Amino acid sequence: MHKMSVNKMESAMQEVETLSAVVIRFVGDSGDGMQLTGTQFTDTSAMFGNDVATFPNYPAEIRAPQGSLYGVSGFQVHIGSIEISTPGDDLDLLVAMNPAGLKTNLHAVKAGHTIIVDIDSFSKKNLQKAEYETNPLEDGSLDNYRVIEVSMTSMTKESIKDLGLDNKSITRSKNMFALGMVYWMYDREMDHTLNFFEQKFKYKPEIAEANAKVLKAGFYYAETLELIPNAYKIAPSEMPKGTYRIINGNTATAWGFLAAAEKSGLELFLGSYPITPATDILHELVKHKNFGVKAFQAEDEIAGVTSSIGASFAGDLAITTTSGPGLALKGEAIGLALMTELPLVIVNVQRGGPSTGLPTKTEQSDLLQAMYGRNGESPVIVIAASTPSDCFDYAYIAAKLTLEHMTPVILLTDGYIANGSEPWRIKSINEMPDIKTNIIDKGSDNWHPYDRNNDTLSRNWAIPGTPGLEHRVGGLEKDKITGNVSYVPDNHEYMTNIRAEKVKRVENYIPDLKAEYHDEGDLLVIGWGGTYGSLHSAVRKLDTKGYKVGHAHFHYINPLPKNTEELLSKFKKIVVCELNKGQFATILRDKFSNYNYTQYNKVMGLPFSVTDLVEKFKNLINDN
Amino acid sequence: MQDTIEKKYTFKDFASDQEVRWCPGCDDYVILRAMQKALPDMGVKKEDVVFISGIGCSSRFPYYIDSYGMHSIHGRAAAISSGVKLANPDLSVWMITGDGDSLAIGGNHFIHVLRRNLNLNIILFNNEIYGLTKGQFSPTSLIGQKTKSSPYGNTQPPFHPGELALGAQARFFARLGGNSPKEMTSLFVEAEKFNGTSLIEILQNCVIFNDGCFTQFTDKKVREDKQLFLEHGKKMIFGKEKDKGLILDALKLEVVTIGENGVTEADILVHDAKCEDNTLHQMLAKLQYPLATGIIRSYEDDTFEKREALLHEEVKSKSKFSKVDELFFSGETYEVK
Repeated sequence: MHKMSVNKMESAMQEVETLSAVVIRFVGDSGDGMQLTGTQFTDTSAMFGNDVATFPNYPAEIRAPQGSLYGVSGFQVHIGSIEISTPGDDLDLLVAMNPAGLKTNLHAVKAGHTIIVDIDSFSKKNLQKAEYETNPLEDGSLDNYRVIEVSMTSMTKESIKDLGLDNKSITRSKNMFALGMVYWMYDREMDHTLNFFEQKFKYKPEIAEANAKVLKAGFYYAETLELIPNAYKIAPSEMPKGTYRIINGNTATAWGFLAAAEKSGLELFLGSYPITPATDILHELVKHKNFGVKAFQAEDEIAGVTSSIGASFAGDLAITTTSGPGLALKGEAIGLALMTELPLVIVNVQRGGPSTGLPTKTEQSDLLQAMYGRNGESPVIVIAASTPSDCFDYAYIAAKLTLEHMTPVILLTDGYIANGSEPWRIKSINEMPDIKTNIIDKGSDNWHPYDRNNDTLSRNWAIPGTPGLEHRVGGLEKDKITGNVSYVPDNHEYMTNIRAEKVKRVENYIPDLKAEYHDEGDLLVIGWGGTYGSLHSAVRKLDTKGYKVGHAHFHYINPLPKNTEELLSKFKKIVVCELNKGQFATILRDKFSNYNYTQYNKVMGLPFSVTDLVEKFKNLINDN
Repeated sequence: MQDTIEKKYTFKDFASDQEVRWCPGCDDYVILRAMQKALPDMGVKKEDVVFISGIGCSSRFPYYIDSYGMHSIHGRAAAISSGVKLANPDLSVWMITGDGDSLAIGGNHFIHVLRRNLNLNIILFNNEIYGLTKGQFSPTSLIGQKTKSSPYGNTQPPFHPGELALGAQARFFARLGGNSPKEMTSLFVEAEKFNGTSLIEILQNCVIFNDGCFTQFTDKKVREDKQLFLEHGKKMIFGKEKDKGLILDALKLEVVTIGENGVTEADILVHDAKCEDNTLHQMLAKLQYPLATGIIRSYEDDTFEKREALLHEEVKSKSKFSKVDELFFSGETYEVK
């Protein structure tokens, strides 16, 4: 492929290509505004009617040294006229604002595809910081790509030199030059972003004007100078009718709880302590005091969960949000909630572990902690969301299950779906299933706090303030009826069994598992949680090629859907794919030991690559 | 605020059917009885009373009071109580804790609950020992104290609960010997009336593992000479003969005798429990002779729940959304047809 540069271009044929999907990544310094750039492009594309999926990838450092390799912040977006299930593997376009961004992301660009670079940032100093010995723009190392060299910083300066802004404000808006170029390349309107700046900088009109000018400068630069040989059109995709918005997983999680609180008629209490990547749920819920949400930033993870237990005892829909290390700290208190049989949802937005691990990277390695990470015989309900938008559904379901079954629910999401975004067909609260709490407001003479519902085995929930139902609960073993402290051997065994049976019976209230594409065949691909998009895309590819591959994705992990074994029996081979070393495979082997499970695992802090998955699955099918 | 009640309770209304199982002679019996006597005088409905405890001998307390209660996990009663109170500010919330529960494993929650100033009541049973685990030193045990885990003498300096609490901005701090049931009953009523977090330290004798630990202050024979029972607006005078008092000498409290060296009653300090500055309260809390008891500090300040309620009202009045659907369908949405 011929390398092109802005200076060498002699003529350019303006041809418009129609594509079904493209993957674009914006990369630069963590202060370069790449997240904003990516979000704007995503929103504009979604409103145009494309299906979208995004993946922000940013460093743990808030402002890492400028130009450094570890300070590179990126935002990847996959847009398409077809169904988009992942943010994509390989890039069609890389926009690199500096040498460090180019160096750390070049490997992801498909050969022959486009790289836009800001050549103004390719100074000797920046090249050194990016550990380049020679300038990649000159040494031929980019010959396999179509490189578009743009003097972005200087053209940004030029375009707003008359506005009298300081140098810092000027250079900070160069991301808009890049966005303008990409808008033109993909045939997007600028209106959404122009409106955004008008709103955001209502009280700083000069900043709004500067950004608008730079955006347009980039757009017109790409258009009128004919410097870019190809423009692309992505047609709107066919999606179910409805009203949509772009939502990320953490916001969807927060909103699921808002909906559950309104539906159940309870007030929502969140006890939480800031931890990446879960904190945005706290940020979101703390805004909604208008709905009566009590979002309490506690002094530590333990106070986060225990304040929620207090709120639950007092009759609120109580939740706590955290990530892996925080779940470890909350373990003892979760045991208290299950012993007192109070409703409580624990959200674990998983990240790379163990210990502090990789706070900003994704992983699924807290599954066994969620299942077993407590002292004593202490089963809880464990469910997992699988896409940014279905975090809404599973947060809602977590609340419904805990309120109806009176035992804690751990909801697992992960950094990938928590920060990733996609279109959400907005669900009205009227579409959501009813929630029937176990609240009791009047007791009879022989009322006891541990009286149970015959079907669910949930105990009734008598809330302080209710006359006549005064009672005590606690972490000591309870008498099976009165709830008083009991050391009776038979009673302890009975209560241990009841607590386990209560969780098991949840299987009567959850949907059967369905395999996508094929419900019998050569290979069953099993996943759970945030890997849905990657597995779905890979299986779709194989399906279109005629392979008999099914995809079973688990949202309910404890208890498992009742038809799990039946489904397993319908396939010749089973592969369990996880972003850990095989935790769900361990559970399946334990519960259904008659089957052979092949594992496909990855722990690089990154999602699966669809290409790798397809390759792996093909080999498994062909390998006899 | 609780509604005033029409029904008149007696202490029996607050006694549960559970057999009390503390060691014979334990001060905890005194505290329980004082509480059961105090509750009918608080003007709160029985169903609005919630007792939350952590772990330790004292933490069995909620089982013996016929109200709502939770015997929770070690050290976390402060956070659980906070959750209860935030969920329903109308409840009368009592946190029962000990020196191990609140000053060791629950130290973090203890300082933060005081800082926030929710309207709840904390009774700290201080016996300078771990009782339930059978006799290890606690964060209030004295240097040199021989215990099961310090057979050659404790080498960790103790916390003074009052000093720690006032450092954490406690608005209400009181102290009482475990053998003063009458004062205790009225102190509990005062604590409930106080709008903010009330902390009461009870010097509680452990008959088994630390017997006599406070005798030098609480023994009936010496009590009046060794304790200064503080009352707001009254002179800091103590002693069987009511002839001792406190004056401020530069930055130190000094014990003087009225009638000696020209000292008259007019020279004696007047106790101001309600002043914002807690410097003098700190000095009183640390004093060993005499030991200050009664309400050392009682400074009314905005509560956390009040600040939250005001914010909630303000946000509510300005918000466009009263139903979640209005939020979900607001802002940047688009139609797919």
